Amino acid sequence: MTNVDLARVEFAFVSINHFFFVPITIGLAFLTALLQTAWVRSKRDEYLRLTRFFGTLLVINVAIGVVTGIVQEFQFGMNWGQYSRLVGNIFGAPLAMEGLAAFFLESTFLGLWLFGWDRLPRRIHLLTIWAVSFGSALSAAFILAANSWMQHPVGYVMVNGKPQLNDIWAVFTNPVFVWGYAKVLFASLVTGAVVMLAVSAWQLRHGGEREVFTRSARLALIILVPAILFTMLVGDELGVIEARYQPMKIAAAEAQWTTCQPCSFSLFQIGGGNDDQTPTQIIEIPHLLSLLATNHWNGQVVGLNPLQSQYTKQFGPGYYVPNVFIQYWAMRAMAYLGVLVLLISVWGLWLIRRKKLATSRVFLWVAVWGAVLPFLMNTAGWFLTESGRQPWIVQGIMLTKNGISPTVSTTTLWISLIAFILLYGTLGTVDLILMLRYSREQLPPPRTETDADAPVPAVLY
Amino acid sequence: MGNLIPFWYIIIAVLWTGFFILEGFDFGVGMLHAVIGTDEAGRRAAINTIGPLWDGNEVWLIVAGAAMFAAFPGWYATMFSAYNLALVLLLASLIVRGVAFEYRGKRDAARWRRTWDVLLTAGSLLAPLLIGVALAGLLHGLPINSAQNFTGSFWDLLQPYALFTGITLVLICLLHGATFLCLKTTGDMRERSWRVARRVAPFTGAAVIGFIIWTHVTASSAFFLNVIELLAILAVIAAVWLVYDHREGFAFAATTVTIAACIISIFVDLYPNVMVSSTSKADNLTVHNTASGGYSLKVMTVVVIILLPVVLAYQTWTYYVFRRRVSRQEFQPPASSVPDGVPPKPVTNPEVGPTTTSGH
Repeated sequence: MTNVDLARVEFAFVSINHFFFVPITIGLAFLTALLQTAWVRSKRDEYLRLTRFFGTLLVINVAIGVVTGIVQEFQFGMNWGQYSRLVGNIFGAPLAMEGLAAFFLESTFLGLWLFGWDRLPRRIHLLTIWAVSFGSALSAAFILAANSWMQHPVGYVMVNGKPQLNDIWAVFTNPVFVWGYAKVLFASLVTGAVVMLAVSAWQLRHGGEREVFTRSARLALIILVPAILFTMLVGDELGVIEARYQPMKIAAAEAQWTTCQPCSFSLFQIGGGNDDQTPTQIIEIPHLLSLLATNHWNGQVVGLNPLQSQYTKQFGPGYYVPNVFIQYWAMRAMAYLGVLVLLISVWGLWLIRRKKLATSRVFLWVAVWGAVLPFLMNTAGWFLTESGRQPWIVQGIMLTKNGISPTVSTTTLWISLIAFILLYGTLGTVDLILMLRYSREQLPPPRTETDADAPVPAVLY
Repeated sequence: MGNLIPFWYIIIAVLWTGFFILEGFDFGVGMLHAVIGTDEAGRRAAINTIGPLWDGNEVWLIVAGAAMFAAFPGWYATMFSAYNLALVLLLASLIVRGVAFEYRGKRDAARWRRTWDVLLTAGSLLAPLLIGVALAGLLHGLPINSAQNFTGSFWDLLQPYALFTGITLVLICLLHGATFLCLKTTGDMRERSWRVARRVAPFTGAAVIGFIIWTHVTASSAFFLNVIELLAILAVIAAVWLVYDHREGFAFAATTVTIAACIISIFVDLYPNVMVSSTSKADNLTVHNTASGGYSLKVMTVVVIILLPVVLAYQTWTYYVFRRRVSRQEFQPPASSVPDGVPPKPVTNPEVGPTTTSGH
């Protein structure tokens, strides 16, 4: 492997791992805040017990999300020095804002929430979990703004061959950012809701308190159905925008080598990849790709070959086609997993109507295993986005191979890669063990009538 | 516009200083928690003195790094590439340490807790050591070529001055943490914190004086110390004296000034360089040849002027909310048999009066 490959593998590895914990944090923080709000408003004990129960699961993940987030920030300087040097004045700005506006908020108020149960008035304490939820969602906004700039650079001028920020507003109104951020928020809600549903389902299957966990399963489903629908709708619009600014990304996602109009969408293909321009496409749905990529029934999608010759003219000789195999299957994995989540959620909603949610053992079994779906879906989505930008690190401005730290040695890259694999492997395992264990815990005991107004004990280390 | 470059250098110095003032005692408590807490209840009490605070404190480091990225991309790129492996180690320390806080109480098994205790102690010791080595390297000089790229290896980082700075920072964090624990614990734990503080203080004092002189000789041709360097020496002498005089509030204030003055002296002596090149003076990285464009700095200035006071306000409020001392009795009998570590009813603490609980 070359240094560029190693640096890419390392970045992909730490980012994918980090993004297991981000959406679950954003989603569960929001759901926990909802539960606590329900408790403060209704004073019903089961909401408090659910808040504490799911709050514990939240904290287990926040711990890893926060510490792996530091790695993300350091990665740019450690392995992508030339990239950082070139675009730091643009890319660094949202990162610094993220720290100042979001990380401080999230971390400080998480401490207040955990340890402040018996110190703060109830309503103030409720605000602290909302601050955590808001902070976690806000941090995603800044990092998405930075990432979207790499997909579609805006708000800069070239000075001596270097991009210089000249319009911060443009960075935060970048259409790729606006739609990408909406998609991440909805996907995070999906992730949090699916996990809450899975945990509730496991509890209902294994004799957990039926009434209480039916309540949390219902809350999860009520959030989940619109969230997954919006994830798909927003994702569709994002596809149209990316097709405009990054046509290679979308053409590669359909392995579309020649220009087509109208374009059909294949459910599967055999073969394919960058060396095989004539894969066998199976079950083609007419017009669907035109709709996905352009929002028009008869929209045109420019093929990879014409794009390649256009890019060669524009940027000089080189190979500008991303990895078609990854694009094609990442797109499908994301979409099909999304459909699965949608089906499960609609099934659940239907069972709620029939008042059979707690007793349908088949559904509960499916819902438990459904917990893995959003994580695979999110990962596939990032593959689609990031691999589809290649060979660029910043679309049209800098190639990935020119972005690494030129004097970091191959040995160093190997050592750091192996270190992160070992570290994250261990942490991931510990996190999983704890998640499984605490998902199977009993609810905290109900409080007696006379206790209802007494302070709730703090969560201590 | 030109004024924003020094302004951002100051902001970055402030962020690093803020990080060390706050996370400094967290590191100290992390290193000492098993010394001050001789049993499980004691260790938990020690950890819970910083429980609600450490995470927010650590963000100062993240923001310091991000601010360097945004305001001085050249500095960030060269420094982080040069320190690659050291940063891997630093990240590993910060990670295991951060996770240890959350996870050590999540299983009721002696071996599980002991493992996390060891990791917490080791992480809390390694982190300031490595950051000290890193900051000292900026000043002492590293092989950097004319393209602003580091040309040395991991071993180039381990110069005597850098190692001494790392050890000095560890010793300051130990004393800072010990005086913090004096302020935040009760009974026998408080007594033990005093004993530890008294034992550490002379070493910290000697190390800080040595570090300041070494820094001065490395960076400056002037004979006399500058104001900040002088302040660091006076503060550490005061800290030692106040520790022996048993004045906990003032002792903590003195260690705070010591740690702040030490970090600031590095930045004062470094300016206007940000990384000294040991290859050639012409290749030094300076605030000017690494800074972002004027527009970026302007945007960031507006953001920091609005947000930093807000952050300071709510972090101060957090410290106020959790001002109470933590006593070992709150953690006895071990609450681990109850899920989620629900403690028994708050105990009235004879030394600070009844604990205030406002539950409505």
